[in-house]
Amino acid sequence: MAGEGRVTLHGTWASPYSKRVELALKVKGIEYEYVEEDLMNKSSLLLQYNPVHKKIPILVHNGKPIVESMVILEYIEETWSDGPRLLPEDPYERAKIRFWATFLHQQVFEVLVLVLKTDGEAQAKAMEQLHEKLKLLEEGIKGSFPGGSPAVNGENMGLLDIVVCSYFGPYKVHEEVLGLKYLDSEKYPLVTSWVKSLVQYPAVKESTPPHEKSVALVRYFREKALQSPAGVL
Amino acid sequence: MAMADQTNVKLLGMWASPFVRRVQWALSLKGVISYDYVEEDILNKSSLLLELNPVHQKVPVLIHDGKVICESLVILEYMDETWKGIPLLPHDPHGRAMARFWARFSDEKLEPNAWTAMCSEGEEKEGALKRAIEAASKIEEQLIKGRRFFGGDDIGYLDVAMGWVACWLPVWEEVGAMSIVDPARHPRITSWAGDFLSHPLIRTNLPPKDEMVDYFHGKRKRIMAH
Repeated sequence: MAGEGRVTLHGTWASPYSKRVELALKVKGIEYEYVEEDLMNKSSLLLQYNPVHKKIPILVHNGKPIVESMVILEYIEETWSDGPRLLPEDPYERAKIRFWATFLHQQVFEVLVLVLKTDGEAQAKAMEQLHEKLKLLEEGIKGSFPGGSPAVNGENMGLLDIVVCSYFGPYKVHEEVLGLKYLDSEKYPLVTSWVKSLVQYPAVKESTPPHEKSVALVRYFREKALQSPAGVL
Repeated sequence: MAMADQTNVKLLGMWASPFVRRVQWALSLKGVISYDYVEEDILNKSSLLLELNPVHQKVPVLIHDGKVICESLVILEYMDETWKGIPLLPHDPHGRAMARFWARFSDEKLEPNAWTAMCSEGEEKEGALKRAIEAASKIEEQLIKGRRFFGGDDIGYLDVAMGWVACWLPVWEEVGAMSIVDPARHPRITSWAGDFLSHPLIRTNLPPKDEMVDYFHGKRKRIMAH
């Protein structure tokens, strides 16, 4: 059943959560309106659509808001069920993808953010944790998807590709700001080659902000965080 | 209605875990009556658990025909797609999105804060308690008057996901000498909890309250000793 009706995405250009919804909409070929929100000055519409969390992304479809990026992705998959799939058909394969998406969502990003927000010993510790997670991901992908990257039909990005891309796609930006590499192709050959192939997808290229713009923002975020050790962003 | 395929279903669990119990409730709803249950000793995890869930090393782990699934909400989705009996999630995408949203909300905002409030004191406890009560109040606002369950007339995914609120939260409140869900402030949750606990498939599938109180007193003590 093809979804009908007006689609609007409320997001911000630098948010990985917003990015993944954008990518899903592009993969599905869904026409949508995009509204850039100012998180320092939240619009009344944002507060109305997401009273619980007051956050983006928000997908509004036929006037009804859906929030939480992972929930939105599943909604998009189920509503626009014609066209490219974000999830495979088999329940076990779907479970594996959901498992890894949840792992990334709940555990990996916060460690990456910690690396970006800290220096010295705290950063070294966070970096260690990030490497632990990457190692788990590398081994997990090998075990869960023996055929390789979970792109669903070999052509379009699937849900897990989208999540991985939303976090690690900007790895060059992170590495430039940090002056450190974390996506090590020797330690994590599968994950590295996966990320590198994902950032080549036209949909990803289209929606990637200019490198210098992202570097400036992440640098600003890092500097601000380093200045206020206790109360961080 | 096709017989639920019960061949080779195994669950690694722990009797006092709310996340394990939600899988058991769902198995019951799906008519999967006979399955192997393996009680794990959390302080001495079996090599099987570590092998099957190396990433989190936690229960529940569901094994169905040799397929290993971890993470309780992922397991619920798998079950809904595999056993066609009573549907857990509603049919329409919007309803499904709402159910998923609130299940995550309960797991991300209510549960961790309730847990922390139970196992801490002073400022840390106060902060966690405040956030837990706020979360409960948001859930209260979302419950629809006149519907017995989140699933409507019968229990579904969200009732099973939130069931810990009916069963574990009162124990944690007692152990932590605190109040989070209050009948005066949260009449709908209170009424739903009563209906949930007396549901025929649930009331015979609850952990013993006294043992739970003892268990969580012990846990609280151990955590606060660090």
